[in-house]
Amino acid sequence: MSATPVLALRGVSKRFGAVQALTDVELEVHAGEVVALVGDNGAGKSTLVKTIAGVHPVDEGVIEWEGRPVHINRPQDAQGLGIATVYQDLALCDNLDVVGNLYLGRELLRYGSLDEVTMEKRSRELLNTLSIRIPSVRIPIASLSGGQRQVVAIARALIGEPKVVILDEPTAALGVEQTAQVLDLVERLRERRLGVILISHNMADVTAVADTVHVLRLGKNNGAFPVKGTTNEQIIAAITGATDNAVTRRLARNAEATQ
Amino acid sequence: MSDKTTMRQPLDEVPPPAVAPLDPRLLVREEGLKGYLTEFKRKLKGGELGSLPVILALVIIWTIFQLKDSLFLSSANMVNICYFMAGTGMLAVGLVFVLLLGEIDLSVASVSGLAAAVFASLSVTHNINAWVAVVLTVLTGIAIGAIHGFFFAKIGVPAFVVTLAGFLGWTGLMQWLLRGTGSLTIQDKGLLHVLGQRSFFMNQSIAGAYILATLGVGALLVGSLIDQSRRRSAGVPFRPTGEILVRTVALAVVAYVAAYVLNKSAGVPNALVIFLATLVICDFVLRRTTFGRKIFAVGGSIEAARRAGINVAMIRIVVFAISGGFAAIGGLFLAGQTYTATLQAGTGNLLMLAIAAAVIGGTSLFGGRGNVWSALLGMLVIQSIQTGLDLLNMDQSIQYMITGAVLLAAVVVDSVSRRTQRSSGRA
Repeated sequence: MSATPVLALRGVSKRFGAVQALTDVELEVHAGEVVALVGDNGAGKSTLVKTIAGVHPVDEGVIEWEGRPVHINRPQDAQGLGIATVYQDLALCDNLDVVGNLYLGRELLRYGSLDEVTMEKRSRELLNTLSIRIPSVRIPIASLSGGQRQVVAIARALIGEPKVVILDEPTAALGVEQTAQVLDLVERLRERRLGVILISHNMADVTAVADTVHVLRLGKNNGAFPVKGTTNEQIIAAITGATDNAVTRRLARNAEATQ
Repeated sequence: MSDKTTMRQPLDEVPPPAVAPLDPRLLVREEGLKGYLTEFKRKLKGGELGSLPVILALVIIWTIFQLKDSLFLSSANMVNICYFMAGTGMLAVGLVFVLLLGEIDLSVASVSGLAAAVFASLSVTHNINAWVAVVLTVLTGIAIGAIHGFFFAKIGVPAFVVTLAGFLGWTGLMQWLLRGTGSLTIQDKGLLHVLGQRSFFMNQSIAGAYILATLGVGALLVGSLIDQSRRRSAGVPFRPTGEILVRTVALAVVAYVAAYVLNKSAGVPNALVIFLATLVICDFVLRRTTFGRKIFAVGGSIEAARRAGINVAMIRIVVFAISGGFAAIGGLFLAGQTYTATLQAGTGNLLMLAIAAAVIGGTSLFGGRGNVWSALLGMLVIQSIQTGLDLLNMDQSIQYMITGAVLLAAVVVDSVSRRTQRSSGRA
């Protein structure tokens, strides 16, 4: 694993009016690492993702990209750096077809006009390599099922050749086979040396593919665990707040000592 | 259910790679004529009506009026319809852009009236070159639209209210410009000469209409064939040659019949030529450029558009500016019909006719669905009704009621097709 994390959050805080959504959150993602972000409802996972993706700029703290501090104030900033985000609510345009959605915001041009042929060809190739089956790449998103929309949304994140991919509950709406496909896909992303931030409620998914598990609780870090050597119970204890503080402190100390 | 199953899996056991069979629910279009039929039926059931209702309506309207008055389908009357639909049609083109965002611009008629007054006072009162005055007038329209867009996109005032305020305000400005005289006579020169009632393509030459028809048909055929060969070499599905030929022949029949009918009288009015050229350009912008794609994206889902890095506020401002620009151009067209700028310009039912044209043509009021050709189809319907009722010496009161009923019918079709699309999972 490389020494410099591709993306690092240092002491990030975010407040919405009277609500302190995030307090001094730390997070590191290395190239080729799958970081799972877990926490109870309202723990701040989605807010954290949105600060990284540029939807909500951070109030305090620093975001570092490949070791340099950067400002991410707009979604375009995050895209420009190479951060792709797949939101829980997918955010696809129902009226556009699959190709239109995959390339939305980064359309390929030919003599100044849209190069539909190349976009369609590459879309088919991409969907094939991800073994995604949909009726047609020219069908409007409105006609697809929830699972099909999820895989289209993930495929969409990969079009721009990002370095970090954020997946917000990617398997929540999927069946067994499609969940397995998404998890395979996550591993393929790791093989391609991408950093992956995976938000999930599903411990089986997390332990199956993640390298590190970061727990958020009430907008604060509540422990970071390497998946190897950590039991589900320890993680769930950290999520629910039933943590034996001594254990987490020792883990944190050990982690510091090894670094 | 599925989540539970995943949860119960032993963690260290890798699930066996499932051999996925072909999903039987996949829609695969069958080959041949039967394939087209089933596809057509599926679209109809799903509420994707396209231009079908408006073409049906046009056939019915033309049949009724022809039965009532045999002059209706005469060449001279068709030239009339084609000439008079261009002005309001320009307003409708601008409205299509706004409707694609799912918004409305209620100021277009009043801006068109103001544009005529601005043009008249520039070219007549201030003696500015007629072409320069045209450019300045259109820029005025664009600026007015941009102001509407700014208040809508940046301040967050609903577009309906902003443009309603504009509707009143710009009418006031027009009356102020024409204060005293009440009307200004515009000279028959520059662009306004081209827009006049006696200005025809290639000076009424018989060849003119056929050249236009050939250009349109040729462009469709060549464009389709190039697209087909590119798609074939890229290995993606392409339109079979038979389908391309059927489409080309269909357009050719319409185009050459239209050319023949118009030629029997005086030929193609230049106003119609400009209108058609505008439609071709706008269609290209909407379907083949990133800007057009962004408009559809904002109309489909604002959140998705924003997350894709689209500057939603900028798109909104530009679209309202386009609407204002087309309103000004439409105002010049309407002024060219009488060579006057009057206090009555842009009043009456002009706004309703323009909105009706866009919606009747098949552009959805709910945003994200439609095309600029709906301005042409819708205007054909509206102008046919108006001209037909004029021929029958119907009172304007009857015209208002009938046009209102047609607008309501169009919106009903739009709403019902949207509901059908929802229930079959397509909206």
